[in-house]
Amino acid sequence: MDMYMEEILEHYKHPRNRGTMADADITFSDSNPLCGDEVDVYLKLDNKKTIAEVKTEAKGCAISQAAASMLTDTLRGKSLEEVRQLKNQFVFDLLQIHLSPIRVKCALLALIAIKKGIYQYLGTTFTDENN
Amino acid sequence: MKTTIPPSIKNDFPIFKRKIHGKPLVYLDSASSSQKPRQVIDTIKDYYEKTHANIHRGVYTLSEEATLAYEDAHRKVARFINAKFKEIIFTKNTTESINLLAYSLGLELKKGDEILLTEMEHHSNLVPWQQIAKRVGAAVKFMKVSQEGELVIDNKLFTPNTKIVAVTHISNVMGTINPIKEIIQKARSIGAKVVIDAAQSAPHIPIDVKELDADFLAFSSHKMLGPTGVGVLYGKQEFLEKMTPFLYGGDMIKEVKLEDTTFNDLPWKFEAGTPNIAGGIALGTAIDYLTNIGMHSIDQHEKELLQYAHEQLSKVKGITIYGPRDLKKKAGIIAFNFEDIHPHDVSSILDTEGIAIRGGHHCAMPLMKVLDIQASCRLSLYLYNTKEDIDVLVKALEKVRKVFK
Ligand SMILES: Cc1ncc(COP(=O)(O)O)c(C=O)c1O
Repeated sequence: MDMYMEEILEHYKHPRNRGTMADADITFSDSNPLCGDEVDVYLKLDNKKTIAEVKTEAKGCAISQAAASMLTDTLRGKSLEEVRQLKNQFVFDLLQIHLSPIRVKCALLALIAIKKGIYQYLGTTFTDENN
Repeated sequence: MKTTIPPSIKNDFPIFKRKIHGKPLVYLDSASSSQKPRQVIDTIKDYYEKTHANIHRGVYTLSEEATLAYEDAHRKVARFINAKFKEIIFTKNTTESINLLAYSLGLELKKGDEILLTEMEHHSNLVPWQQIAKRVGAAVKFMKVSQEGELVIDNKLFTPNTKIVAVTHISNVMGTINPIKEIIQKARSIGAKVVIDAAQSAPHIPIDVKELDADFLAFSSHKMLGPTGVGVLYGKQEFLEKMTPFLYGGDMIKEVKLEDTTFNDLPWKFEAGTPNIAGGIALGTAIDYLTNIGMHSIDQHEKELLQYAHEQLSKVKGITIYGPRDLKKKAGIIAFNFEDIHPHDVSSILDTEGIAIRGGHHCAMPLMKVLDIQASCRLSLYLYNTKEDIDVLVKALEKVRKVFK
């Protein structure tokens, strides 16, 4: 049962930074074909460099939604460069639960969508989903 | 009629000795892939220990024995669905069987020709046709699915341009049993060929291709107690004789010259290269096992369990069941959602109780759209399931509710 701890469920039931953003500088949509989880991310920037505001719209399981909620709470004030280099472990540390290999994909959906969005904004291609 | 399959049948399946998170395994995902009886597992072991050699090549003892056993497996499958030996082609799985047809029949289509499918197809009976149609400029049309999960048969879709009708016998999501006899007759009246995806029917109900008058029928060994890596394609001999092969190479030839080749006789014309010999022979053992119990008994057993599962699940607060409400139109598959909890969360928590059910889109994304859901849970039954399995599930659902309350 350790996958469904209090804190995960709390974020799932009351997700932070939920919604859309009309004037976002970066938007990106991604999905996980295995379970049909979907996420839309919106980032607003300061000086084209730092994340000022972040919103997500997510449909899916508790793990993917809680991960999106926890992750987005940490992004304000971070530079694009910092976020671009975030490791998958960053999300695992936030969640603090043991994930089976299949559920890892759910947990990383938001992070990877955000990174893909940033790479696209910077005009480069995101390649390394496994770091 | 009382079910003739006793719960002790689980003893034939070694996997049921396994504990999952310390609990006995409750396996409710046979529509995805079935478990294997010891007889099937032993066949594979025995084959490699005592008989293995390549087939249709050597004249020495081992090669002859392997060839005979592999051919005999084709005969068993032929008898199982009332077909002829020449009409049974072994492939890798249902998906490859359908691709064989898409390439062999589909590439002969012309602009303006139509392929008729349904909205409830598994991706493997949809994507091959869709992609081949794009290449040749044919149109793909779809029979609609009602909110109750039943096919809406619209006569207007059967036109003189319809060349291929490809339909699943039983929906892998909702268990809907489609009226394929009626569809086959309609296709016949306009001269279209009919492909039946029997992946979910051949393992569970008696099939007689002569009685159905099906032109082609495909299924997978791994869903009917056999090993993975073997599929079956049945085709009427008169069509198979005329069709071009899908894969070329060794074993499918009679005579090769540098400039041209004479293809082998049926069914080998469609089995290029060294096949899954052990797997094919073990499929034969699986068919023996099923036949021994009797497909009518298996069907009966699953019908009783389906009814029980429906009754018990319907009592659980917050359950939504998809598919036909009339259980006579439904096989042993139940798609459902529980409260508004994502199916992956439901199945993750059930897993901690030793229960294996599927959560997701079940390789039928267009159908999810029709039902207006993102995903669902799915339980599916087979001969080794018991009422107790259902009771364990129902109890565990209360635990899921507690976690998310
Ligand atoms: C109705 C249906 N068709 C086709 C398939 C594909 O079978 P396979 O993966 O063995 O090719 C499945 C398997 O889930 C199925 O349920």
